[in-house]
Parts: sequence; C-alpha cells; structure tokens
Amino acid sequence: MARPLSAPAGTLRREVSDALVFALIATALALPFIGIYTVPATAGLRLATRLPDLVAIAGLAFVGRLGLGLARGPWAAGAAVLGLAVAAIGWVGLLPSREVAVFAIAAGLVVLIRGAMRAARGSAEPGAGRRTGADALADGAARLLPYLGPVLFVVALVLPFLPFVDRRLLDLAILVLTYVMLGWGLNIVVGLAGLLDLGYVAFYAVGAYSFALLALHFDWGFWACLPLAGLFAALFGILLGFPVLRLRGDYLAIVTLGFGEMIRIVLVNWTSLTNGPNGISGIPRPSFFGLEFTREPQPGTQSFHQFFGLEFSTLHRVIFLYYLILVLALVTNFFTLRIRRLPLGRAWEALREDEIACRAIGINPTNTKLAAFAIGAMFGGFAGTFFAARQTFVSPESFTFIESAIILAIVVLGGMGSQLGVVLAALLLIGIPEWFRELQDYRMIAFGAAMVAVMIWRPRGLLAVREPTIRLGRRRRGAPS
Amino acid sequence: MLDLRGVETFYGHIQALRGVDLHVGEGEIVALIGANGAGKSTLLMTVCGKPAPRAGSIRFQGKELAGRSTHEIMRTGIAHAPEGRRIFPRLTVLENLQLGALTAAPEHFATDVERVFTLFPVLRQRSGQRGGTLSGGEQQMLAIGRALMSRPRLLLLDEPSLGLAPMIVQHIFRVIRDINETAGVSVLLVEQNAYHALRLARRGYVLVNGRITLSGEGAALLDNPEIRAAYLEGGARSDKAGTGA
Repeated sequence: MARPLSAPAGTLRREVSDALVFALIATALALPFIGIYTVPATAGLRLATRLPDLVAIAGLAFVGRLGLGLARGPWAAGAAVLGLAVAAIGWVGLLPSREVAVFAIAAGLVVLIRGAMRAARGSAEPGAGRRTGADALADGAARLLPYLGPVLFVVALVLPFLPFVDRRLLDLAILVLTYVMLGWGLNIVVGLAGLLDLGYVAFYAVGAYSFALLALHFDWGFWACLPLAGLFAALFGILLGFPVLRLRGDYLAIVTLGFGEMIRIVLVNWTSLTNGPNGISGIPRPSFFGLEFTREPQPGTQSFHQFFGLEFSTLHRVIFLYYLILVLALVTNFFTLRIRRLPLGRAWEALREDEIACRAIGINPTNTKLAAFAIGAMFGGFAGTFFAARQTFVSPESFTFIESAIILAIVVLGGMGSQLGVVLAALLLIGIPEWFRELQDYRMIAFGAAMVAVMIWRPRGLLAVREPTIRLGRRRRGAPS
Repeated sequence: MLDLRGVETFYGHIQALRGVDLHVGEGEIVALIGANGAGKSTLLMTVCGKPAPRAGSIRFQGKELAGRSTHEIMRTGIAHAPEGRRIFPRLTVLENLQLGALTAAPEHFATDVERVFTLFPVLRQRSGQRGGTLSGGEQQMLAIGRALMSRPRLLLLDEPSLGLAPMIVQHIFRVIRDINETAGVSVLLVEQNAYHALRLARRGYVLVNGRITLSGEGAALLDNPEIRAAYLEGGARSDKAGTGA
C-alpha cells in the first residue's frame, strides 16, 4: 500500500506499484469530479463523460507519484527528465484540456525540481558532511541579506525615474507599498506583541471612512485628515483591545475576525452615514503642499505643473502618490525599528513570549496589549486614508475578510516580526499575482503553489531571523531586520 | 520585611492556602519546604498578587500588597524567579536581562548586567544566544539574573533546583547565599530539595496541605525527626539525598 514520501526509496518495482496504487485512487476520485458532468438537455439534464480528461488525470497521478518516488533515490536524474517531459507535454498542448495541461505543467515542474535537487546533491546522503548546492545557495543568500534592505530602499527611491517604468508598474508599486505598510502595521500587533489579529482590515476601513466622511462633511483635505484618521483607528484599536484582553491564541483570533466583519457590516448597513454599499465618492486627492495635480486649477490657485513650470502630465500625480505611500510606509518601518529598542517595544516582545513572566518582571499586560492594538491600528488607519485618497472612492467591498487574510499572510509568510520579510512577502503575494493578471484564474494556482512552496521550504517564513535589539559591548545596534 | 497574616487563597472552590502566617526579616534567607501540591508555589504567587488572597494581609516594608495587581507589586522591590524559569525563549540572554531591568532606573543597567555576569560567568559567554537554547541550569541562572536586574529588596525563588544536576544546584545555592550576603537581598526560597534549602536558610517553614505545620531555625528543622522522615529520606546528610521527598 502507499508509503509516506519520507520513507527511503524502494526498488524500481516497488515505486511503480506504489504509483499504480496512487493512479487507481486518483481515478476513483476523479471519476465523479472530472469524468462525468451534466449538460442541459431538452428535458432536464443529461450526463456526459470526459473520458480523455479522466485518462489524462490518472496518467498524471501515476507519472507524478512515480516521479516523486524516484526523485528520492538513485534515479533522481531520471525523475527530473520525467518531470520535464510531463511539463513539456502539457506545454505543447497534447493534453485534452487547458486545465489538465496546467496541472501537468505544475506537476512536471515539481517533479523536475525535486529530481534535479536530489541529483545535484549526488549520491551522498544529506548531512554526511558534504556541502550541497542548496547549502551554498542558502549561504550566499544569507551573506547578501544585509544588503537587501538598503538595495530595495534605493530601488524604491528611484523607481519612478527608471526608464522602463510605466504607469502600470507604478500603480502596481503603489499597491504593493500599501500592503507593505499594512503588513508593517500588523507586524506590530502580530509579529511583536504576538496577538493574532484576523480583523486588521477593520482599521484600514476606519481610516478610509474617517477621511472620506471628514472630507465629505467638513471639506477637509488629506493632510488635515491623516492624523485624525490615524487617531480614530487607534481608538477603534483600543475598543477592540478591551474585550479581548484576557483572550489568547485561537480565541483572540476568532474575536478579532468578528470585529473585522462587524465594522464592514456596519459600513454596509448604516446607510445614512456611510451611504451603504454604494460607498462614498468624490474624496479629494492629496495636494503637494497646497498644489493640486490638475490641468486647470481653480481660479486664484496654482497647480503643481504650473508652479514648477512643467508640462502637465497625469503621471505627476501618480509619482506623488508613490512617494507619499513610500514615506508613510517608511515612517511605519522606522517607528517599529525604534520602538523595539524602547521599553514598550521590549515589553511587546516579552508579552509575545510569555505573559506570566511579563507580569513577574513588572510589565502591565493590559496597557501593553492596548498600546499594541492602538498603534497597530493607527498605522492601518493611515494606510486607509491613503487608500481613500488614491481611489477617491471607498465602499465596504474593499474591506472584506480576504484583505485581512492577505495582510496576515504577508506577515506570516515574511517571517513574523521581520520587517524585510514583509516587503518580500508583499512583493510575492501582491506584486506577482497583479503582474500576471493576464494569466487570469491560473495566477491563483501559481499563488497557492507559491504559498505551499514557502511553507514547505521556509516553514517559519521567508526571513525568520530575529535581530537582537541589544548586543554586548556595542552601543550601536545591528542592521534593520 | 515581608509579613503574611492569615492568608487564604483559593483556586475556584479549592482552598490552596489555609491561614498562612509567614515572616521574612530584613536580610534573611527563609526556606519554605513541603511536598508536591502543598501550596508552596501558590504562596509565592499569592505574594505576587495572582491569585489574589481571599483573606488575610500581606505586608511588604509596611505596605499592604493584598489586592494590588502583579505588575504593581513587582515594582515595590520584590522580584520573582518563577517556577519553570519562564525566561523569554526567543529573546537573547542580554535582552532577557534588559527586560528584567524594565522597572529599574536605566543608568544602573551596565553595572547590574556586570554584576549578573560576575555571579554567573556562563551568561556572559551566552549573552547573544537565544534564551531557549540555554541548558536548564543556564536558564535558571538567567531567571535569577533577570530577577536581580530590577534591584529587588526581596527575591522570591520558586524551586531553583528543579531538574538540575547536583553540581549546578550547589552553584546556584552558593550564588543565592552570595546575593544575600553581599547585596543584602532577602530571599524567600521555595524548595522540594529540603536538605539544601534548610542548610542555606536561616529559618524555614514547612507547608502541608496549605497550612504551616512547622517553623524554626534552618538547622533545627534539619534535625527535626519528623522532617528527616518526611523530606530527607532517612536523614542522609550527603548531597545524594538532596533530591528531597
């Protein structure tokens, strides 16, 4: 019968019989799901079959399992070739449908990678003292890591002026940076204080709606509303914090999840204030020290391009928005890096580790938790204000649970508490799916595969290294982590 | 310095302490011994305010502690090295010490770290290492070091010998004596290791089922036939008997 893949490779005969068993199970499962489907007929529905697909799936299961099995043993190179062949067959379109072809390519690549990795490692058992290619790669990456932050920073700084950057890429960069900021904000709550918050999007929404409503009713601009929106979000953070003070882990997660949904449902239903599902439009765009980004400014005022004597271009506004979110995000980052070295930040990290020990050293867990919720929420509120200003439109639809989940995924995937990890994860989770939008629904398969891959190879997140905040005999502390 | 009068503590309906009277004098080491479940740890935790006593008074340097919250009590000059060490596993040794100093004035930090490193030289070598990667003995040293960082007048130690090799236990007990003699810190020591604890302490209390049944000079308690029978396994004086009842 089937053996776990962690077992050592058996004989060729055993691997083949193993794969046959798998193919049989796969066929049994695929029969109702893939093999038959219904088509509308003159009288009700008629059953139709998809035999070629079923055969292809069974074949794929067989070849995939065989490849994975062989990739563990002396036939690893053969498995890699097998994987390549399967991927190629999928690629050239020999398979009955596109869906099956995509699966074939993905499965083929997995087998190819596993086989190639094993073959590269040679016959030596891992850990037998021989350095492998993968080890060397990891070492090299670790050496480059300290430079990654500064390099990314410089790239981010000059990005709008790079020759290949167009409007689309800039919009994407703004989106990624928004999530980087949200990730950094949530990192305070989840990464530092260890409070699992599944409703972070609520504060994003509070920030966005605060700005939208203040602008609508009082005609206030972005810059006046930004601190106020942050303040409101922080108040909501405390509001959420109080009832959950005694909760931890799963229970905390459930309550925060509910809180996030409550905010959204209130936004949908409180029509008199929020205009319900229709949202609020006409939110003013941020100005550059009072200079608007319009072609025809209002009489008596100047706009950005007139003041600087530039040709009018809509790109100016996009570049400005880009730098705005960059600055907001960097402020969040700088704040986190600083506060980790202050008593409050240290108390957060202690709270994450052990609440009872925290009490024993004189930390007030109540205030510490509330501060984490409030400050995390405040940055969410700032990000929300930016979001509203950029879209000039807010509706409850933008603040669904999936947003919370994505932000949390960014934090967890990046490595809890790692600032640079958040950036990498945001690039991975937001940038790549957006960039490959042409692939339509298949990009979600790639997204899922990427998540699974990270969890297999880096189960504690992309960058799980925690940088100590204090070192012996050195007053200047280490690089940003 | 620390005075407990008629302290009663409950876990729900279950009474853990039944009218405990206990006194720790200025500069004294007092041992509290007893079997598993007698209420030793509960007594220390009650002093720290969690669980709060339902009756009785706990006075420290003349001030009433009962009814105050833990983090307030820990700022009055009491430090607690809790049972099971409870160091912060993912933070480094130095960060653990830094957290211990959270309630102390920042300008003492360098001196106090140096003092802890002098008491436990191994912690200096491990200063950049994560707390969770230390051995059990090193973790216990770190727990005591962290407690000392707040410059306490009274140190509450909950089973510092738990699960440690006899040599390490001796080292830790020597350091406790050292802290007491050189810095004048009073110590309330909870131990199952009755032999070591009573040798170290000036006075001792025996806790049985939430009641103090015996108290007196450490040496006198060591010679008490009841104690020898119950906690010292036939009264062997060698270190091998140090594992308690």
